[in-house]
Amino acid sequence: MDMNTEKLNKILAVFQGERGGLISILQRVQEEFGYLPEPALSLIADFLHLPQSQVFSVATFYDNFYLTRRGDHLISVCQGTACHVLGARDILETAENCLEIKTGQTTPDYKYSLERVACLGSCALAPVVLVDNEVHSKMTPRKVKQLLTEDIDDRKIQA
Amino acid sequence: MGKSVSIQSIEAYKIDSAESLVLLRETLLADQNKTVKLVNVCCGSGCMSSGSEQVREAFISGIKGLELEDEIKVKKTGCHGFCERGPIVVVGPENIFYQHVTKEDVPEIISETLLEDRVVKRLLYEDPVTGQKCFHENDIPFYKKQKRIVLKNCGNIDPTSIEDYIKVDGFQAFAKILSQMAPEGVIEEIKLSGLRGRGGAGFPTGIKWETARNVSSEEKYIICNGDEGDPGAFMDRSVMEGDPYSVIEGMMIAGYAIGASQGIIYVRAEYPLAVHHLSTAIARATDMGLLGHNIMGRGFDFVIKVVKGAGAFVCGEETALIASIEGKSGRPKPKPPFPAIQGLWGKPTVINNVETLANVSRIILNGHEWYSQIGTATDKGTKIFSLVGKVRNVGLVEVEMGTTLREIIFDIGGGIQGGKDFKAVQTGGPSGGCIPEELLDLPVGYESLAKAGSIIGSGGMLVMDEDTCIVNIARYFLDFARNESCGQCTPCRLGTKQMFNILQDITRGKGRPGDIEILLELSDAVKQGSLCGLGMTVPNPVLSTIRYFRKEYEEHILEGRCRALVCRALIFYRIKDYRCKACMKCLHACPVDAIVGAKWQVHEIDQSKCIKCGTCMEVCPKRFNAVECVTGKIENSGDKGE
Ligand SMILES: Cc1cc2nc3c(=O)[nH]c(=O)nc-3n(C[C@H](O)[C@H](O)[C@H](O)COP(=O)(O)O)c2cc1C
Ligand code: SF4
Ligand code: SF4
Ligand code: SF4
Ligand code: FES
Ligand code: FES
Repeated sequence: MDMNTEKLNKILAVFQGERGGLISILQRVQEEFGYLPEPALSLIADFLHLPQSQVFSVATFYDNFYLTRRGDHLISVCQGTACHVLGARDILETAENCLEIKTGQTTPDYKYSLERVACLGSCALAPVVLVDNEVHSKMTPRKVKQLLTEDIDDRKIQA
Repeated sequence: MGKSVSIQSIEAYKIDSAESLVLLRETLLADQNKTVKLVNVCCGSGCMSSGSEQVREAFISGIKGLELEDEIKVKKTGCHGFCERGPIVVVGPENIFYQHVTKEDVPEIISETLLEDRVVKRLLYEDPVTGQKCFHENDIPFYKKQKRIVLKNCGNIDPTSIEDYIKVDGFQAFAKILSQMAPEGVIEEIKLSGLRGRGGAGFPTGIKWETARNVSSEEKYIICNGDEGDPGAFMDRSVMEGDPYSVIEGMMIAGYAIGASQGIIYVRAEYPLAVHHLSTAIARATDMGLLGHNIMGRGFDFVIKVVKGAGAFVCGEETALIASIEGKSGRPKPKPPFPAIQGLWGKPTVINNVETLANVSRIILNGHEWYSQIGTATDKGTKIFSLVGKVRNVGLVEVEMGTTLREIIFDIGGGIQGGKDFKAVQTGGPSGGCIPEELLDLPVGYESLAKAGSIIGSGGMLVMDEDTCIVNIARYFLDFARNESCGQCTPCRLGTKQMFNILQDITRGKGRPGDIEILLELSDAVKQGSLCGLGMTVPNPVLSTIRYFRKEYEEHILEGRCRALVCRALIFYRIKDYRCKACMKCLHACPVDAIVGAKWQVHEIDQSKCIKCGTCMEVCPKRFNAVECVTGKIENSGDKGE
């Protein structure tokens, strides 16, 4: 995928002169491109007058940054304590089986990425699965299967 | 002073003095009395995920259809802490508390309650013990023993409406300090109140402020720690979402006290609604002149910005959090220097937790005498707990310090779900410990829980029943710890991995005699050799479970038994031949075709194929009840899963 340098420069311009903006910049760039393309990292390093290694090390330190292309839809399965004692592991395994990928991977058609997350703050509704920005509560393996086997794009159009 | 305010011009109203705040409040309250009826729809993230936005829209359009917009107002509120019962709708003026409301229920609520003053009984909460219907929030046992100081506005006001906040005494505490108190006086007041940090360590807030005040520097910072790392706790989320102005006012007061003019709220990335509400609230307060330069004409400047985290638990630790705001990897640094002396950009910085800051305006407004009467001799005020797990009423509960665990779990929480037996309660998340039944009468407090081998921490409270495996829980927390260790200290990095591997082996039936002793030794090494609070505390879940539930570890290791039937390698499913009616249900349902059988032929499970998913047990008709799950060493159990 080629990166749009013009778009990137526009994002960077907003942060001109801001102290400690690296993480906010990475967040904005990822919002725009869906992940952090490598050429973007070098340009960001130049912009902030930081060594590339520092930008790279920050980008790999935090769980929320991705250096490879992600799927169009992000499925995050909560593995927090509340969800764990109510069967979150079965939920994650079911999701892996349905999507035929492991946690952390993306389907070959770049449609879905599967992630685990530590807690979504909806613990009273455990176990919880987040599909893009939509929280699905009190999940069961059966409900996950339903959710992931119907086509998410179709569902969006109907809704 | 001759200034007046009309309700129409509020958007453009500026608060430039203490008097103008009072005037605005009076105008708003007078206007409120004119509104006949109010529908409060909870739009916290819990209720939103259960469909409260659609419920709200249904009310708005239903009321519009009847042309009653002037008589009935629909309001968004924050979380009531009872999200499991959501969507929650409270209908005034009687404040009838409706639960599990769907958009289909809305026409009935409008025609019955709003138009005819009749209650829709089926939407009321029913006390499971007495069978009594509860009309109001305060009639519900879940709320009866709570003392809501920090959460007093959550669920009652529109979180982003500054007008709503001002109506419930918002910014009065701030106006009071600006006009009547010196910074030293504010610090004294907080010290006398006995407030201690709610973010985990329980450090006295007033002393922290005083330290930062005493360093002379042009530039100082107030940071609000909204990283809420404990996986299973969500009180900070609810406060930031449901009452953002209380957090902001707490920061303003702290800023005045230490002499800081800049505040930063660091919010966990997983909380988009909190980021949204806080940002809206900051913008609104800035518009009104409550943030910015020369606030209320008193020469005090203060601005606040929101910074989003990027997914690292260790960034909840204060020095790591500062590094993260500075745009670096969030690795903790040795202390001293403490942030109060040398923090963000090397300047004096006070870091306080969300809940700590939300307490501040309450203390200033009502005085330290009022506050220090709440709680016990050593622990003042209240604490919010996130009561989750196998308890009947899950949710956020705010109780007076000194309330016993039993009261929280059984009176407020309604006891264990499904009539099972209580096993243990885990408090304090990954840094905390498991407390057994014998200690349920322990009053909650910093020292009392520490003595029992646990901590209050940020307030996570995970209730476990007989179906929860203690070793599995310890393994779970160590899995979390090894993933979140930043890796700087070898004992933390390698020790947590090694501990995890041992626990993993035990839950997989590969435990060895002596494992418990090795775990104890490693715990000690990790605690001793770690730089930050993460390494120093993450052995706690292991230490406390060994202390109180050693027998369960031994059963796993020596007898290959998991009494809770959780550890897959130690359990197996089998069909009782004398009960099986050969209905073939399980045969069809098994995902891996591990069941052998046919019509008229008793079914059997091929253990070498079975993945122990439990589906057969679920589908076997209750009247046959032919599948059982057993534990203990069997010959052909193989090694499947954990
Ligand atoms: C590993 C680790 C994680 C922490 N996570 C949080 C957190 O998520 N929220 C929080 O308020 N404090 C957290 N703390 C405690 C902070 O370092 C700090 O003590 C606290 O924010 C101070 O505020 P308080 O005095 O108001 O409690 C954490 C500490 C450690 C060691
Ligand atoms: S104790 Fe662990 S998390 Fe803390 S600084 Fe050391 S390695 Fe990092
Ligand atoms: S537990 Fe699951 S895999 Fe094993 S026999 Fe039953 S249905 Fe099949
Ligand atoms: S579902 Fe139960 S009764 Fe039916 S074949 Fe299976 S074990 Fe036998
Ligand atoms: S533990 Fe899953 S949402 Fe909190
Ligand atoms: S979000 Fe509605 S009660 Fe918590």
